[in-house]
Amino acid sequence: MIGNYAEKMSIENNQLLRISTAGSVDDGKSTLIGRLLYDSKSIFEDQLEAIETTTKRKGREGIDLALFTDGLRDEREQGITIDVAYRYFTTPKRKFIIADTPGHIQYTRNMVTGASTANVAIILVDARNGVIEQTRRHSYIASLLQIPHVIVCVNKMDLVDWKEDRFLDIQQQYEGILSKMSIKDVRYIPISALEGDNVVNRSENMSWYQGAPLLHTLETLHISSDLNKIDTRFPVQTIIRPQTDKFHDYRGYAGRLESGILRKGDEVVALPSGFNSRIKSIDTFDGTFEEAFAPMSITITLEDDIDISRGDMIVRKNNQPNQVQEFDAMICWLNSSPARPRGKYTIRHTTNEQKSMITEVVYKMDINSLERNSEATEIKTNDICRIKLKTTKPLMIDEYRDNRATGSFILIDDGTNETVAAGMIIS
Amino acid sequence: MSKYYLNYLEELESEAIFVLREVAAQFRNPVILFSGGKDSIVVTHLARKAFYPAKFPFALMHVDTGHNFPETMEFRDQLIQELGANLIVGSVQEAIDKGRVVEEKGRNASRNVLQITALLDTIESNQIDCAIGGGRRDEEKARAKERFFSHRDDFGQWDPKNQRPELWNLFNGKHFQGEHFRVFPISNWTEMDVWNYILKENIAIPSLYFAHEREVIWRNNSWIPVSEHLNMDERDSPVTKKIRFRTLGDITITGGIESEADTLEKIVEEVAAMRQTERGNRADDKRSESSMEDRKREGYF
Ligand SMILES: Nc1nc2c(ncn2[C@@H]2O[C@H](COP(=O)(O)OP(=O)(O)O)[C@@H](O)[C@H]2O)c(=O)[nH]1
Ligand SMILES: [Mg+2]
Repeated sequence: MIGNYAEKMSIENNQLLRISTAGSVDDGKSTLIGRLLYDSKSIFEDQLEAIETTTKRKGREGIDLALFTDGLRDEREQGITIDVAYRYFTTPKRKFIIADTPGHIQYTRNMVTGASTANVAIILVDARNGVIEQTRRHSYIASLLQIPHVIVCVNKMDLVDWKEDRFLDIQQQYEGILSKMSIKDVRYIPISALEGDNVVNRSENMSWYQGAPLLHTLETLHISSDLNKIDTRFPVQTIIRPQTDKFHDYRGYAGRLESGILRKGDEVVALPSGFNSRIKSIDTFDGTFEEAFAPMSITITLEDDIDISRGDMIVRKNNQPNQVQEFDAMICWLNSSPARPRGKYTIRHTTNEQKSMITEVVYKMDINSLERNSEATEIKTNDICRIKLKTTKPLMIDEYRDNRATGSFILIDDGTNETVAAGMIIS
Repeated sequence: MSKYYLNYLEELESEAIFVLREVAAQFRNPVILFSGGKDSIVVTHLARKAFYPAKFPFALMHVDTGHNFPETMEFRDQLIQELGANLIVGSVQEAIDKGRVVEEKGRNASRNVLQITALLDTIESNQIDCAIGGGRRDEEKARAKERFFSHRDDFGQWDPKNQRPELWNLFNGKHFQGEHFRVFPISNWTEMDVWNYILKENIAIPSLYFAHEREVIWRNNSWIPVSEHLNMDERDSPVTKKIRFRTLGDITITGGIESEADTLEKIVEEVAAMRQTERGNRADDKRSESSMEDRKREGYF
């Protein structure tokens, strides 16, 4: 039956879960997402009709669930996922955003993009093939981007006679590659995306599996504690100056609290100037708050009149980020033109923008073998490298593994205005 | 406040406000594309919240097909007054009169595609560097690939295979003279989210969204309102039905659904039980499987 699962959901305790999927071509990513949408009754009748028509036109039977996610015309024609496509569905417990990313090595950058905001990565493994080069690559990206949870779905269990041995074997293979990575939480689920086993509904073919099906796992994953609630970081986006009669001297700093908590009266310091003050008020359209936490968008006012502009950061006096002009970072090169040796790029870090230069390539990561190549000097599309970067003015940074918001940056080529690299700060 | 997490609707709101503040910081002359529909109304509401207590910082731009619901126009003018904002109108009729575009002929003629020229001409003549839209990724499959900050070349075109990567929340709005951006603050919202939000915030919307009696004809699988702009012939037999609209657009192609939902609560309930996507009632999307993608490449909303 088609309908909407969301009928009776309550909004109050319902959190948002961002998922990214990775797997090599034909592992069944698109089928799995289609299955999640279909079995959770998130697909509308007209969408279903359109898919049935297309499936028939291709001379196939029934409905090809993969067609729900393969959006652009080229992809529908070539039958592969090229870009990142986003899908949405809701259950009474959560709202889900799925970033479906392509698996080919030439789309590493798309995987990095999809992974950058994810709370959880679903990594698909074909039960017949086990852990392969691509599995390693996708897991490495999940680890590099510090996705807090990874779910390894061993798919196509129907093609290996639903055998537990095969599943355990693959689990063991996967644990072998984990030692080279930093993934905090890994789970394993045997599924058949095509037939629906252990996706939304528990499998009758694999009674040996005691764990929860995929959807239930996604619905109950504990994510509140993934956010950094300790290090208060408030990058200023824009200044609010109404200059009206009612708010004549009002000067507010608008931004999103990226991590931590802020309370009225807190002693804070504005960086990079270093001026101290106290939080006078936390304002929103809905009223004034006593405290705010990440990721709330708020406007704050300070007791003292100090000079603060976009790109500055307001933090607690006793918990400050590092102010540096030189640091190491892992980058993924996104652009089709290679990096210029000692090239200058605009760096965008939180709301701050400076000029920067890549001073050294420390090593290039071979993401298939996970070996480091320290001889490498050039950086090309999809390369993942450790580099040294120098900026014209200090940035207020944290390590990426402690803080995704203040530990990440992008590089922009001033000649083309394109975003050419994504970076994660090491130290 | 005892809990330290946002529910999904609060998180979506915070994300949209963040995006709108980035627009204000990164562009010189941004506008909100205002259709009078619920999505652009929600975006306008979010912008009001984002910059409070400062003055509303964007002009509203309406691409006027000339085939409007009178209720939408009234709503638009009142909102403009309330916000104290500027209104910029891009007129399709004017584009036709000037010979910039040629009107389609026949029973299913539509001014939908003609909007592209009016939109791009207006963006150019007003030197607009960013047009904020109410597009959502769940609306349509080509939109599912759209970025929050979507680059348009100096012909206003979208190149879906060559989009700027967008990571974390680091939005890059840099552009050259003549190029512009489309920005979609509610990219991650679904129709259900929009309605739940309208209900929660008690946002005013045009009366057309509520069930009401109206003279309509059955065409392209939905109830098309009878109006002076509609081409009818002997095959059409107007009837009076209690209907409401799920989206608002050109009056000649926007179909209504039979409904008894005359309050926001009832609408939310009805949408939750709905079996068709909202665009299922828009003839403009039915022309071919990739018609939205084709229009978007050329510069459509
Ligand atoms: N037998 C079987 N086939 C599957 C399963 N999941 C996917 N497939 C098939 O594998 C092929 C590739 O699936 P698709 O979802 O397009 O893979 P993607 O490239 O990862 O998106 C299709 O022919 C699917 O029908 C499964 O669980 N069992
Ligand atoms: Mg696919």
